[in-house]
Amino acid sequence: MPAPGAPAMRRPVVIVPVRGLPIVALVLTGVVVAIARNAEWGLTFCHVVGGALWTAIDLFVGFVVGPIIGRMSIPARIEFSTRFMPKMLLIMPTVVTMTLAAGFQLARASGYLDTANPRHAWVVASFGVVGVMAVIALAYLEPANVAVLFELRKPEPDGRVIEKLMRRFVYTAGITGVMQVATLVIMTRLAS
Amino acid sequence: MTAPAHAESGAPSLLDRRLPPVTEIGAASMISIAAGVIYLAAYLPKHAPLGVAVALLALAAALQVTNAILLFRLRDFAWDRFFQVGAWALLAYAVIAGMIEYAFVYDETRGTPLIVMTLMLALFMLNVPVLIAFTVTRYQRTR
Repeated sequence: MPAPGAPAMRRPVVIVPVRGLPIVALVLTGVVVAIARNAEWGLTFCHVVGGALWTAIDLFVGFVVGPIIGRMSIPARIEFSTRFMPKMLLIMPTVVTMTLAAGFQLARASGYLDTANPRHAWVVASFGVVGVMAVIALAYLEPANVAVLFELRKPEPDGRVIEKLMRRFVYTAGITGVMQVATLVIMTRLAS
Repeated sequence: MTAPAHAESGAPSLLDRRLPPVTEIGAASMISIAAGVIYLAAYLPKHAPLGVAVALLALAAALQVTNAILLFRLRDFAWDRFFQVGAWALLAYAVIAGMIEYAFVYDETRGTPLIVMTLMLALFMLNVPVLIAFTVTRYQRTR
């Protein structure tokens, strides 16, 4: 029996799952319609659902799935990443865009963007938290995610390259986790 | 897992090659853009004093120009892969930047703040694809 991860056993690596694109288009269209119609329920739905998914996925992947992957063998890691990362490549940008676009409109409609509003500082703090997470996600995590998938498409992937790129997830999980906890504090302060 | 390709071919590992700090410079540009957008958004729908925002915009642009110069001086770099990945990422981030721009225009951001915000979004839209394409391409061999 060939070793796991050997070329004969490996399934073709998909970078972007094309079948998921219509769902992404549908979600983004929903967000645009909610903004255009200033639909309070639609905006709240997009913000709450998107935000809950974003926070839960970040914390779960960072503190539960991440350490498990870290203890897997290289072939198991490759097998897992091949199936997991393409989905994350569609899910995370969609969820983040949905949360932020709807959240900004809600903040505006609620008057929180007004500098005179007593809760304005909390909204600005949430912008800062999002800014930190955006820099980590867009400058380090997403490029590493795509690079791992390209490495996996090679006839003989270099395990050291994959290990180096995946180390970024471990290093940034703590920062993202703290930012997500800060998000929870800010959002509950705003809602209370 | 099978032996790495470089072990069989005798070529040096792609991990060992020295490349300019494109990711770090790109991250610094992203920090400038994020700070500028947060600064402007914190004042919306009113107009923010623009001095700080313009300075952050100029810094972000200068960092991205530095990155472009560093990149185009590279030899032995898989440019076909770089442009392939960069073009698709650019398409994706054009959609995201377009949505953000739409929200600002819809919220009646006008005049100079809208111009500064749009330029920051344009830099964001260009920066992320460069970072993704560079990270992918640094581990690709030229043919």
